[in-house]
Amino acid sequence: MRGRDEHTDEHWVDPEIIRPYVVTRGRTQPAHGRFDLISMALAVGPAPGPDAGLDPEHIRILQLCREPKSVAEIAAYLNLPAGTIRVLLGDLFDRELVSAQEPQAEVDMHDMKMYRAVLDGLRSL
Amino acid sequence: MAFARSERPRLPTAIKILVAGGFGAGKTTMVGAVSETRPLRTEEVLTDRGIGVDDLTSVEAKRTTTVAMDFGRITLGNDYVLYLFGTPGQERFWFVWDELAEGSLGAVILADTRRLADCFPSVDYFERRGTPFVVAVNCFEGAPTFELDEVRLALQLSPSIPIILCDARKRESSREVLIALVKHSARLRAEPVGS
Repeated sequence: MRGRDEHTDEHWVDPEIIRPYVVTRGRTQPAHGRFDLISMALAVGPAPGPDAGLDPEHIRILQLCREPKSVAEIAAYLNLPAGTIRVLLGDLFDRELVSAQEPQAEVDMHDMKMYRAVLDGLRSL
Repeated sequence: MAFARSERPRLPTAIKILVAGGFGAGKTTMVGAVSETRPLRTEEVLTDRGIGVDDLTSVEAKRTTTVAMDFGRITLGNDYVLYLFGTPGQERFWFVWDELAEGSLGAVILADTRRLADCFPSVDYFERRGTPFVVAVNCFEGAPTFELDEVRLALQLSPSIPIILCDARKRESSREVLIALVKHSARLRAEPVGS
């Protein structure tokens, strides 16, 4: 840890903290949609070309999401905080490049069918 | 070239289970034992009071905390994906627990008999929140062995809460714990209480 008197303009904050804000251009909230850690995303439609104006992180998310992935997984694989991924996913969602699940909307904790499916799945592991 | 709505591929439903317990109780071990990948890590960068940071000059003035969570994934057929989240240990991260617990199927509380008191906060938390949970006593080598009834008494658990011995390193054993939790949660939530 750097002491206060050692502070210089070059080292005013940890770059690991800065990177997420640079990637999102300072945004901390997605433009649309609320995504929690287990909101699922799936790339839809053809892969956008180089003229689509997407950042490398957007492209990586689309590549990862050829199979359904959660916000938490995308964050882990891209090594970025989950909040950053929410913002980037919001961009892709707006451009209809991903289909995404609103948080919790579909899990009905009273649905016996869901419990049976989870039990069957676990038993066959 | 947008997909017509009806052609949109269906997303699986994501389900969350939390794995709680004291430091070193084997949370990440259990997550890794049953997951289809090695445990993954996600980080949330949190600023004081969650004030939106839209101007970098103010970053330094706010305290920034990074909370790391280990988690794993189990794909259950085409329709469901189960995520297991190890809860961050420090109690100052309760608010992260709230986000994790919201909408979860339930929680596994891992108990280490050498430090049984370490799981009191988790038991209190899930009881207060009404989140279904089971207690899994992780059998460490060389740890004192207790009867499950003794553990139940020590943790002041009601008789309705399942308590199971397990070896968090073993896939089979960890899977049995999850099955016990899903059954317990179904009993509490999918059917009227008392039936």
